[in-house]
Amino acid sequence: MTLRTRATMFAAAAALACGFGPAMADPAEAELVVNEDITITTKAPAAAHLEGHLDTVYSGWLFREAETRKMQMDDFDNPMFVYAERGQEAWDTVEGTEGKSCANCHGDIAEGMKGVRATMPKVNAAGNLWSMEDFINDCRTNRMGAEAWKWNSDNMKSMTTAVSLQSRGMPVAVAIDGPAAEFWERGKEMYYTRYGQLELSCASCHEQNYGNYIRADHLSQGQTNGFPLYRLKDAAAVSIHQRFVGCIRDTRAETFAAGSQEFRELELYVASRGLGLDIEGAGVRP
Amino acid sequence: MADNVKPRVKVPSKAKAGEVVAIKTLISHPMESGQRKDKDGNLIPRSIINRFTCDFNGANVIDVTLEPAISTNPYIEFDALVDASGEFKFTWYDDDGSVYEDSKAIEVA
Repeated sequence: MTLRTRATMFAAAAALACGFGPAMADPAEAELVVNEDITITTKAPAAAHLEGHLDTVYSGWLFREAETRKMQMDDFDNPMFVYAERGQEAWDTVEGTEGKSCANCHGDIAEGMKGVRATMPKVNAAGNLWSMEDFINDCRTNRMGAEAWKWNSDNMKSMTTAVSLQSRGMPVAVAIDGPAAEFWERGKEMYYTRYGQLELSCASCHEQNYGNYIRADHLSQGQTNGFPLYRLKDAAAVSIHQRFVGCIRDTRAETFAAGSQEFRELELYVASRGLGLDIEGAGVRP
Repeated sequence: MADNVKPRVKVPSKAKAGEVVAIKTLISHPMESGQRKDKDGNLIPRSIINRFTCDFNGANVIDVTLEPAISTNPYIEFDALVDASGEFKFTWYDDDGSVYEDSKAIEVA
């Protein structure tokens, strides 16, 4: 074999490797149908405000392995339903000094909470941006006379899961104009700000490199439509802010706290990047 | 000792005689391994489901020994051959002596 043909062969092998790499890392061609009944949109044209940044938005579900995706397609296999059941029980349980349960004011969770998750986070009557956790704790402390739950407590995650499931299959519907605009702008600024010793912004991974691997992790677009979700690695539910903490920690930065104003604003902006996708209610991720 | 323990079972309601059906079971349980320490450095005592059994009309279908490495909320799926109508009986045995039970009837057409 001459040196020249060997060089050609190496070039061919390299081309082959490059050709295979991205193809395997792309989001899966799959359709999310839960219980053979509810079809959930996991791929959609990006919202107008993402022009120049993203053409198509993909749910994180499409970036996971087939066996993980399958767990989310059947409610019995989906470990989040352990949380959902607890949340449903808490919904009907009377707590606090006022002798009320959630159901006393909001009625059946399926009716009272339908579509609520899709609009979160949103601006409340007083003009503050609130996540679902804030609304829950407001009800608990002011209407029920009960103790507030911690942001990442099992009780809180169980309730957010039960509430989120009532929006399953409904499109993300966060408001980003009007009173939400200033929060949204700050969230956007944060999204593109580099943090930590590694100097990574959200966009560095989730906009410029989704589909690629960062070491062994398959980068998704970082969409939040699947939250709250079950993380197999933690064997527990994970809230949106909890994931934000994890990501910023991974940039080797000092993170904001779950439930901080910064994360509410970021949550709003990231949710708006998922306009077009459906709420998954309770996702499963590795 | 473990809180919030609740068994769940999924069995098809109908089957043909001689059919092999898939049975899914899940029990919510922390499955504390006994290897971890709390923030003061004290060992957290082991608390797991150590055995799971399934019987069909009195005959044993499966008998599983569970070990501490099995993660939270153990999910066990298995197949069973059904030759007549009857009832599946499921039993989970906790380290603390608690026994959790569930049962599901199946009809052979």
